[in-house]
Amino acid sequence: MDFDLMFTSFPKLLGATVVTLKLLSVSLFFGLFIGLLFAILRLNKNIFINKFAYGYSYVFRGTPLLVQIFIIYFGLGQIEYLRSTFLWVILKEPYWCAIIAFTLNTGAYTSEILRSAFQTIKPGIIEAGKSLGISNKIIFYKIQIPIAIRQSLPAYGNEIILMMKGTSLASTVTLMDLTGVAKYIISTTFKPIEVFIVAGGIYLFMTFIIHNVIKYLEKKYSFQ
Amino acid sequence: MELLAFGKTGWGDELFYATLMTIAVSVTAMFIGFFFALIFTPLKLSKFKSLNLIGNFYTTVIRGVPELLVIYLFFFGGSGAIMYVASIFGYFEYIEINAFITGSMAIGIISGAYSTEVFRGAIQSIDKGQFEAAKVLGVGKFAQFYKIILPQMLRLAIPNLSNVWQITLKDTSLISVTGLVEIMRQSYIAAGSTRDPLFFYSFAAVLYLLLTFLSMKLINRLEAKYSRGY
Repeated sequence: MDFDLMFTSFPKLLGATVVTLKLLSVSLFFGLFIGLLFAILRLNKNIFINKFAYGYSYVFRGTPLLVQIFIIYFGLGQIEYLRSTFLWVILKEPYWCAIIAFTLNTGAYTSEILRSAFQTIKPGIIEAGKSLGISNKIIFYKIQIPIAIRQSLPAYGNEIILMMKGTSLASTVTLMDLTGVAKYIISTTFKPIEVFIVAGGIYLFMTFIIHNVIKYLEKKYSFQ
Repeated sequence: MELLAFGKTGWGDELFYATLMTIAVSVTAMFIGFFFALIFTPLKLSKFKSLNLIGNFYTTVIRGVPELLVIYLFFFGGSGAIMYVASIFGYFEYIEINAFITGSMAIGIISGAYSTEVFRGAIQSIDKGQFEAAKVLGVGKFAQFYKIILPQMLRLAIPNLSNVWQITLKDTSLISVTGLVEIMRQSYIAAGSTRDPLFFYSFAAVLYLLLTFLSMKLINRLEAKYSRGY
């Protein structure tokens, strides 16, 4: 065991953790909106809208995240037309490409989580709202969405942890996140176990925090 | 379409073999995972606190750390660890383990952590009466597990195991960083030499979709088989 290396690499890895957290929070933020949008589309009665939303979540859940990042980072730059538009400012940056890929990926999983949460809402609750003369719009925003969010908290907590692990793939498109820096230190020092313990420890710590925050929220917003 | 031609002009045959490689790694990893689950599930269900701790440590660490980091650990540390073990037995030559074995081991250990959780959940959801009835009837521990618990457990575990299979299949794409020529690596090579990354990565996505779709069909059939009588 090389404890010196563990001590010297710790600040470097901690610095890289900031990149990981940035990637995670930005993509979760946008992913939640996309997830909500597609969950609502899934519940639409129009078969084309419905199928479109299903296709989106099927494709993004059925392919590895790595493929999605590579298509966006390496693939989209190939289209001549895109290079001439303002989108190119975003798409030439690996940081934004990674965020787009993560957002679309987590959006697909979130839409599934929210959809099943919407479907588990008891019809009686909606009927109660209707019989009280509350408009459909208000029922949706003030009754259905809050209940769905509460219902989906445990599953969404898992999704946050999965996404945190997913951000490690940003290192494959030259971003120096926690895994990227860990790999760099491993390949220069050839001490994989020490670096794994430190970097893995940081990841576990984040998992621990997320897990407990979700647990706290679940308790706070429980029905009892 | 000529990009996908078989033979020397296209990448069709290379991608076909790469797909077979992806399947081979996924299946091997899944079985390695079952092996680990077989060891760690009893530990997690054990009455002894210390054994519980070992089981929980394994599943918590592996499920809380990115797959890529585990793969790097195996890729950079694998041959070192084997050489260290060999040196105890007096063998000091350089040993290189091939990418297939390191890759399947890394993915297998990850998949094992998920399988362990699935098996634990399945065993815990079997009615206690089943265990007691077996005991009362004087069925031995071994027969109790294989003839009574396992068949009931499989029915409950298959839907979740199919999730583990999907995760495992998708995780194999990460082994491409170690240079094993599976779908992702082959697409990377093809994209580099034809300068057509959009086509090849999209095609890789289609291949993965095809694999997940076909495996779901197969698993559904298996599920129907084990749900007979319910």
